[in-house]
Amino acid sequence: MIEKVIVKGKAKGKILKSQIPINFLGAVDKKTGIVRDDKHDLFQKSIKNTILVFPYGVGSSVGAYTIYSLKSNNSAPYAMICKKADLTVASGCALANIPLVIVTQKEYDAIKTGQEISLDTNSKTL
Amino acid sequence: MELTKEEESALKGEKGEVLELAYRILVATGEAINADRLVPIHWAHLSGVNYNTIGDAGEEFLSKLSKGAKVQVKTTVNPMGFDIDKVSDYKLDDDFIKKQQSISESYKKMDVVPSFSCIPYEIFDLPQKNTQVSFAESNAAIYANSIARLKTNKESAFSALASALTGKSPYSDLRQEESDSPNLTIQMKVKNSNELTYGLLGYFAGKVAGSSVRISGADNLDKRSCKALCGGMGTSGQCGKFVLDDNDNQSEKIDFDDKEMQNILDELNTTDSGDLVVLGSPQLGLEEISDLAVMLKGRSFKKRCMIFCPRAIQQQASDLGHTNTLKQAGCEMLFDCCTCLTPLIDKDDVDGVITNSIKGAYYLKNSNNVKVNLKPLSQIIDDETK
Repeated sequence: MIEKVIVKGKAKGKILKSQIPINFLGAVDKKTGIVRDDKHDLFQKSIKNTILVFPYGVGSSVGAYTIYSLKSNNSAPYAMICKKADLTVASGCALANIPLVIVTQKEYDAIKTGQEISLDTNSKTL
Repeated sequence: MELTKEEESALKGEKGEVLELAYRILVATGEAINADRLVPIHWAHLSGVNYNTIGDAGEEFLSKLSKGAKVQVKTTVNPMGFDIDKVSDYKLDDDFIKKQQSISESYKKMDVVPSFSCIPYEIFDLPQKNTQVSFAESNAAIYANSIARLKTNKESAFSALASALTGKSPYSDLRQEESDSPNLTIQMKVKNSNELTYGLLGYFAGKVAGSSVRISGADNLDKRSCKALCGGMGTSGQCGKFVLDDNDNQSEKIDFDDKEMQNILDELNTTDSGDLVVLGSPQLGLEEISDLAVMLKGRSFKKRCMIFCPRAIQQQASDLGHTNTLKQAGCEMLFDCCTCLTPLIDKDDVDGVITNSIKGAYYLKNSNNVKVNLKPLSQIIDDETK
């Protein structure tokens, strides 16, 4: 169940899930979508064309531009699912038109990397 | 979130594309931080100026936006990628210079004050207590809420931009009059603290705290330690405010001790030596420059030393003789730019950077891919000058 819709939309794709918050500015390459923070559990993975699941965004306020750049460079996730909302990810997704939802802890725990899912914010379903 | 009729109409696009975009951002951020309405703000401070941070997509976005947009309140901006007076000393390519100038022009076209500083709280007069502002730049937002007694969300580049274009921002917990009861207290247990330990404490606090945190055992912070705390906290987390206070028995408590400190040092300190000293993340204001000039009197660095500051202090630093003292000590002062994602430090040219900044260390390590040696300023001066 979707607990809260931050940015509306529909998406379909494979889940890429992280347990660690993301600092988009420092940790994600804005051209390729590859995570370059070697202390992050998605290190060297690409978030491009995934349904990106992570706890929440942290760090630099310019991370919002990173999200917008990822979209402009066709390297963005199809959608993002978080446990907690934050300003940087919310505003970046709003400008880039990337659907963003918050799910309950139970739902968050149930989602696994590699799962194929459809997300529709109108019906609030995954 | 409840919108007024006028706000609703702007969101629908009835007042043009710029406002439609701005309200779309404000509504999403308002939902994200559980705000029930928008409130007027009196000062916006924007991040997203350095071409290295926002790239081609950002440059094009701002160029297009600036054709039809004007800010509605006093708006200041973060550092850009270089100091125009020093560009020829660095091997920046023409494309970088061109794109950076385009970004800076776009902001000016929108009537932004070209301050290019990440410490607006030090170079502008502060409005009265509890004034609502919108500060992106995480260290500035935390400083505004915690030290300057202003009210801001820990804004993103876009939420602050949307605030500048509308004069409004979502009314979150951090903006309320009585938001002084964090549910977590961090007990500072590290002895002999200095700005490096406070930067580490901030980085730790950012990781464990929610939107605000209480810190006990950390009284009488000087400017340097205070800014280090704000910078470290802004780098690692979502936390937008700290309260320095020893009188609390209610909230959950966590210790920040030598072991926790070492864990973070192990993460960010990646070498034991370096060939370049970098100071100024956040930028150094006049107070810290004066301090540094006293510490460096009659000494000189054995290595290159870059110091990042706001242009606003250039004249005063020079009039007071500090610029000269620092120059004689072998320092290079750079204005309008800062350590974070600087194009002026290339991993192919340096073996390691020596700095006292946790924020600087994080971005030097992850974005510039250079090794970092962290030590407090007093030790940097002991070790690296003669």
